[in-house]
Amino acid sequence: MPEEIDLFDHAKKTVRIYTVSEIAQNVKHLLEDMFGALWIEGEISNYGAHPSGHLYFSLKDQSAILSAVMFSWANKNVKFKLENGLKVICFGRISAYGPQSKYQIIVEKIEPKGIGSRQLAFEQLTQKLQKEGLFAVAHKRQIPYLPAKIGIVTSLSGAALKDILKVLDRRFSDIQVIISPAQVQGEAAKDDIARAISDLNRFNRGLSLKERIEVMIVGRGGGSTEDLWAFNEEEVARAIYSSKIPVISAVGHERDLSIADLVADTRAATPSVAAELVIPEKKDLKDTLKGLQERLHSSFLDMVMESEQAIDGSLRRLDIAMAHRIEINFQAFEGLRGKLTLLNPFALLMQYQGKLENAIRQMHVRMKTLFTLRKSAFIALIEKLESLSPLGILRRGYSITFALPDAGIVKDSSRLKPGDMIQSRVQKGEIISQVTEVRRNGRDTV
Amino acid sequence: MAEIRFEEALKKLEKIVDDLEKGDLSLEEALKKYQEGLELSRMCSQRLESAKKKIDVLAKNKKGEFELKPFDETDIENGK
Repeated sequence: MPEEIDLFDHAKKTVRIYTVSEIAQNVKHLLEDMFGALWIEGEISNYGAHPSGHLYFSLKDQSAILSAVMFSWANKNVKFKLENGLKVICFGRISAYGPQSKYQIIVEKIEPKGIGSRQLAFEQLTQKLQKEGLFAVAHKRQIPYLPAKIGIVTSLSGAALKDILKVLDRRFSDIQVIISPAQVQGEAAKDDIARAISDLNRFNRGLSLKERIEVMIVGRGGGSTEDLWAFNEEEVARAIYSSKIPVISAVGHERDLSIADLVADTRAATPSVAAELVIPEKKDLKDTLKGLQERLHSSFLDMVMESEQAIDGSLRRLDIAMAHRIEINFQAFEGLRGKLTLLNPFALLMQYQGKLENAIRQMHVRMKTLFTLRKSAFIALIEKLESLSPLGILRRGYSITFALPDAGIVKDSSRLKPGDMIQSRVQKGEIISQVTEVRRNGRDTV
Repeated sequence: MAEIRFEEALKKLEKIVDDLEKGDLSLEEALKKYQEGLELSRMCSQRLESAKKKIDVLAKNKKGEFELKPFDETDIENGK
């Protein structure tokens, strides 16, 4: 009877029997040794992010599919968002994952195929923010003219600050500047810029309305795309959008368009240009002021001239009225003289006639002198007004009396009674006094 | 009057000039406005010439409260 051979038993004795883990281990080594690190291109599918921060997806082409994982330590520097259908080039290692009997690539670097990753990131974020309305024209606010206080978010040691302050030196400088310092390049820049913008806003909320920062410049001087990148980050875009203080963006040079520029209320090509937008030219202000001063003087002078003409008119009418009066009186006198002649106490008549004629002559002379005096006094007053200084009158020893409280200039003593308070304005200062007696024409007590 | 802002002074001056140009004021009121206008324009001229720029840096103290520290322009030179 031939001995029955138990193959299995035989095998156990003669051949090595692997464990599952050993196979997995070997496959892993085999794959890793064979490929090492490599570049691979494919299309992303089955993309999913894991709460741990690792990214899981597949790379595929027409006929095959390869699992891929990108661990959080590797993917934190990826600028763009992975999307299914996106063609990419990856750098990584082929390895096996025993627990799922699966071979895969562990991706260390990933780049979109065809365009740069920054460009793609820019396009992706632009699209997203556009959809959310962050670039809406309706949200953009006016940049105030002649702000008393401006904020600046930039680096304390950068060229931008230097340029802005230079503009301030050159132009109208009666402006308060508050710098909210921020790191403007490097990994930490996006968060730092966003924080600096919100700091200015929070600080502003603590100020009274009149003291508030009215506009801020956010930016930095020129640099490489990488240097300026923070201004293309979502954090900065959102901080600008939610700023209560209107924002002027000023990133790099004219040719650099950032997402910050798209969100800001106004975009300036450079930090200097931003400063010029809010800090007016001294010359412009001087011209404005000069124009106002000229209009001030001429409008007032016009008014004085008009009054002068009105008074001239009144004086003329007074002259005529007086002449008329004198004429009537003279006729009355003539009548009386006629009667007197009839009564014939001739000597007496002659005497009265002489006196009367004298009186009339004197009356004429006195009226004339009086008019002339009043007119020249008035003209002198006008001249004083024209010399621009109402204070000049006071300088000459005159005073203006105001009734208190706030009842205007006292021109007629009868408006006052003993006990009233008055305020006299003299060249230097004012006197508050109490009325003890009121006289009319300087004689009678009212 | 000392604390009024340049922009406000300019606006006030403009209003006074407008009022005067309308010409419906009494001579007494006009004189008062005119005098006020003179003062405002003098103040504006002074401000225009003054070179008193004020630059502060926003910082936080130990308690986490905001405070303003005067900015030293020579810092920029050193930083460069």
